[in-house]
Formats: sequence, structure tokens, C-alpha cells
Amino acid sequence: MLAFRRRSDVATTLFFFLIVSSLFPLGIGPEPAVLSSIAPGVLWVAALLAGMLSLTRLFAADFADGSLEQMLLAPQPLALLVLAKIFAHWLICGLPVVLLAPIIGLQYALPNDALLVLVFALLLGTPALSLIGAIGAALTLGVRGSGLLVALLVLPLYIPVLIFGAGAVAASQHGMSSQAHLSLLAACSLLALVLAPMATAAALRISVE
Amino acid sequence: MNINWFKYSSPQTFYPLAGKMIPWFAWLAAILAVAGLYIGFAIAPTDFQQGEAYRIIFVHVPAAWMSMVIYIVMAGWAAIGLALNARLSAMMAQALAPTGAIFTLIALVTGSLWGKPMWGTWWVWDARLTSELILLFLYLGFIALQSSIDDPRRADRAGALLALVGVVNVPIIYFSVKWWNTLHQGSSINMGAAPKMAATMLLGMLIMALAFWMYTVAVALMRVRCIMLERERTSDWVKELSVQGIAGVKS
Amino acid sequence: MLTAQSLACLRGDRLLFKNVGFELNAGGLLYVLGENGSGKSSLLRMLCGLLMPEDGAVFWGGKKIKEDAENFLSNLTYIGHLNGLKDDLTAQENLYMGARLAGSEVSEESALAALAAIGIARCANLPVRVLSQGQKRRVALARLWLTDSKLWVLDEPFAALDAASVDVLASRLSQHMSNGGMTIITTHQDVTINAQSSQILRLSS
Repeated sequence: MLAFRRRSDVATTLFFFLIVSSLFPLGIGPEPAVLSSIAPGVLWVAALLAGMLSLTRLFAADFADGSLEQMLLAPQPLALLVLAKIFAHWLICGLPVVLLAPIIGLQYALPNDALLVLVFALLLGTPALSLIGAIGAALTLGVRGSGLLVALLVLPLYIPVLIFGAGAVAASQHGMSSQAHLSLLAACSLLALVLAPMATAAALRISVE
Repeated sequence: MNINWFKYSSPQTFYPLAGKMIPWFAWLAAILAVAGLYIGFAIAPTDFQQGEAYRIIFVHVPAAWMSMVIYIVMAGWAAIGLALNARLSAMMAQALAPTGAIFTLIALVTGSLWGKPMWGTWWVWDARLTSELILLFLYLGFIALQSSIDDPRRADRAGALLALVGVVNVPIIYFSVKWWNTLHQGSSINMGAAPKMAATMLLGMLIMALAFWMYTVAVALMRVRCIMLERERTSDWVKELSVQGIAGVKS
Repeated sequence: MLTAQSLACLRGDRLLFKNVGFELNAGGLLYVLGENGSGKSSLLRMLCGLLMPEDGAVFWGGKKIKEDAENFLSNLTYIGHLNGLKDDLTAQENLYMGARLAGSEVSEESALAALAAIGIARCANLPVRVLSQGQKRRVALARLWLTDSKLWVLDEPFAALDAASVDVLASRLSQHMSNGGMTIITTHQDVTINAQSSQILRLSS
């Protein structure tokens, strides 16, 4: 439905993810054992922040040029349109991070099994990040200092995803099954999939007034 | 909708009513707090394991209870405000948020004060303490969102939606933190494993919780009165009130 | 068909208007007049359901617009202050997207015909970014040649248009009304639009 002709967003998000996750070894030291033990947390936090970077732009352009009003006045359910936008956001900001993550995981001396789990966990978890983030983006639409505010609103809500996501990778590192973590992560994503578009739609109606 | 109590949901009639109720709740809060502290510090026996330092739980536990209760009450008011487009409920939600945040902060500070003699560190990544910290973030987010939106109606409704999203999330967050905590055991000490409480201790805590509750009501009512005046400064009844006030000062 | 009942609008702590009511029937035209800041745009947004009235309600065919949203919205075309165009898309693509959003499909011929009708056929394949204000406005208004919705709500449609386009648009509006459509507009210009019945609503602060 929506054409994406600006590619700079993908590049910025990926670059940010890359930089943040490269800073940690520089700050901590190149000890592989240390790096691989912090890798799950660091990579997930980096993914969290990278996804948040572009959140403010999720609806901002539509809000500024009036397309958002037209979306609200479309006869289709707003939640569906919102879901399409969120999906597009995930394709641009979530999926590239998922694809890049194993390469960075190699830098952190993660074993192959853990890399696989990392990709899988990110694949399950990043949609939840986009979904929850959209609520924050919609609430702060057109508010001054919205970038910072989105972080304040959304980051606490990201905590379960972070815990289960990083936990999955850590579990596989320690030779345990990561299945429980992954199922919980999937449950988070599903719950977000059901509730977030509606909440976002309601937030947009409030913000556009 | 000709129910009688609907009358009180308009700010104009609620303002004087709230004014009359404040002293009652404030006195109740003071009396209960004195009673609770007396039980806590004078009557309750010294804990044989933890010594005197444990007495901080008479503040800590009720504050932690209240921080959670207030969030739920706040979300409840927010939901009513959103559903019925009632200004007063939105104002109540707004008035409760700072008190909730303060109780959360008290719970955190007293928790770490307790942790120092008990565990030897100021901060332990205990599941409850961590959840409490996240709850503080949720409160701060709510306050920040409300204060950064200029239009009061939008601020109310956006805040209400956020509070509802938060209330759905709180159990999930709590569960995930607990899960995370059980996986990373080792050095951590479980607060839940405290020895069985004596009846007097429980009584003290309950009375303190009631005192905090009354305090919350009194403070929320005061704050809601301020919000009302600020919001409705252009309306007739507020102008009338200020004219009366000036006349009262002169006479 | 469209009824407004004792609408009131509060912006910040300022009451813009209250007790605004009217009834608009098929073929009817409603001018909303008033100074800047008297709440014309707010009223229009309220009639579309974008803005929640502080008091009162809007009815479409006897039902509250919130309760019968899908039916109401599929009969509504709203063009506000903002054009609702995507800068990166061409004029033509913008029309496709607008129609898709409104739940209908538009063929290439009819999109080109709409752009030609309002005199910007040669801009059809240019990205909207490079167009002038007046041209952008006309791309937004071209939607009026593609829609079969009954109720048009137009906020200052004549602003930024040249004289020729004003005439074209006025005759399109007249045609819409003679087909039994309804239009609500705000304008500062003196334009003659033919309608079976026209009313004036004046907002004063």
C-alpha cells in the first residue's frame, strides 16, 4: 500500500546498530569470554535502541502532510491501516537488524548455536518492538521533545521482550534449551499484535484532534 | 443519566466538597500514621535475625503496596475518563500520579536502606525491587507525557491511554522480571524468604498502609482542586470564587 | 441527511463556539463563515469526526457518526488545510493512493482525466515535491473528480487557486449538488456555486 522511496532510514538504523554494538568491546576490552557472556544483552539493547531511533518518524510525515487525517477518515478499520504501517516500519528497521545481528554476533565470539537462536529470537521479538513502539510514537505525535519522550514511554514496556530475547540466547550459550524463552517471546509478540494496533489507532485519534 | 451523584462529577460542585473532605482525610492520615509508627517502633518485638533495622519495613512495605494500588486506581480513573469523557476522572488520574511516584521512590529508597545492613549492598537486583524501579519509570513516563502536551483534553486522553497500556503491561513486566531473577539466582537473597511475621508486625504495617491511603486521598484531593482552578480559570464559578476570596481578605 | 446538534468546541481553555446546529439535505450547500480563529476549521473537523465535540453530536442519516462510522466515512470526502499528498509520489500515484484509502479503485484514464479537468495534466508524472503550492492544491482537489461520495467537506478549497481553476472548481461543486450531493465549505472568496438550497452559518467569537 505504501511506497517507500527513502532508503536513508534503513542505512541509519543499521549503522546505529553497528556502532552501538561495536562500542562495547572498545569499552570493555577484547576478552572473548567476557564478550560472549555480555553479547546477548548488548545485542538486544542495541537492537532496542536502533528500532526506537526511527519510531518518531513512523507517523510524523503523515501527520505533517495531512495523509494521517485521510487515514483516519478512510472507511477501512484504522487498526488495519496502522498494522500495515507498523509492518512497513518493521521491514525497514527491524528485519535489517535481524539479518545483520549474526555478523555482529561473530565479533562477540558467539558460538554457532547461539547465533542461530539470536536470529530466531530477534525475528520473534523485533515485531513486538515495532508494535509497542508505535503506541508511543502515536501518543507523542507533534509533541515537543517527542524523541526523548518516546524513549521514556516505550523503553520500560520493552523490558519483557529484552528479558526473554536475551535470555533465549544466554540459555543456548549455557547449553540449555531456549525453547521456553522463545515461546514466551512469541507470546509477547502475539499479545502485542492483538492489542497494539488498536491502542495505536486510539492514540492517533487522540493526537490528531 | 439523572442519577444524583452525577452532580458531584462536575468540577464546580466537587470543588467545595473536596475542600470539606481534605481535613478529615488529613487528620485520619496523621492519627493512623502516629499509631502505626508507635506499633512499629515501640510495640513490635525486635527481630532475632535482623535486629532493629528491620523496622524500616513499616514504611517500606506499605509504600510499595500503595505504589501499586495507586497505579491501578489511576488507570481506573483514566479508563472512566476516556470512556465517559469525564473531566473530573481525568483530573483525578493526573492528581494521583505524583503521589504514586513518590511512594514508589520511598519504597525504593527504604528498600535499599534496608538492603545495606541486611545484604551489605545498597542495591540488589531483586525481582521486587527491580519491578518497583520499572513502576517508577512508568509513573515518570505518564507525568512526562501529560506535562508535555499543552492542550489539557489531549493531555488527559493521551495520559489515560498510556496508563491503560501500562496496566496491561505491569503483570507481564512483573512476571518477566521474576522469571529473569530466578534464572540469575546465585548471590541474590530472596526477600520473600523472610521469617514468618508476628501478628503485631502485620498490624503495624496494615495501619501504616491505611495511613498512607488516607494521605493519598487527602493529597490527591488537594492537587485535584489546584488542577481544577488552573483548568477552569476562565469559567464563571472560578472567577466568582476568586472575587469572594479577595473580598474575604479585605474584610 | 447530515444533522449537527448543539455542537460546542473547546480549544485549550477557550470556548470557540457553542450551540451550533444545522440540517443539510441532499443537494444542499452550507457556507461556514467567520473570522480567522473563530473555529471554522475546527467545526469542519468536528463534522468529519476528527475532533470530538465538547457537547452535542453529529448525525448522518439519523445515526450518530461514531456509531455508524463505516457507512458515514464511505460517504465522506474531506479536504482540509493540509493536502494529504505524499511528496515523494507523483500526482497520479497520489490519486491512486487516495482512492485506495477511500476504498475504491481508480483507472489510469480517469486519474488523468481528473488532473486534466483541473488543468494540471502535464504534472501527472512529476513528484509532488517539485510542484508549486497552487498545483499541489489542485492535485488534492482532483480527488473530487474521482469520488462518488455524497458529502464533501472542504476547508478553504479556493485558496491558492488561480481564477480559471476557481471557476472550474465552482462548476464541479454545482454539478455535485445538482446530482443530489452535499457540500460544506469555508471560504473567504466570493464564488457563485449553484445549489438546490444554500445556507450560511456564521461563527463569531
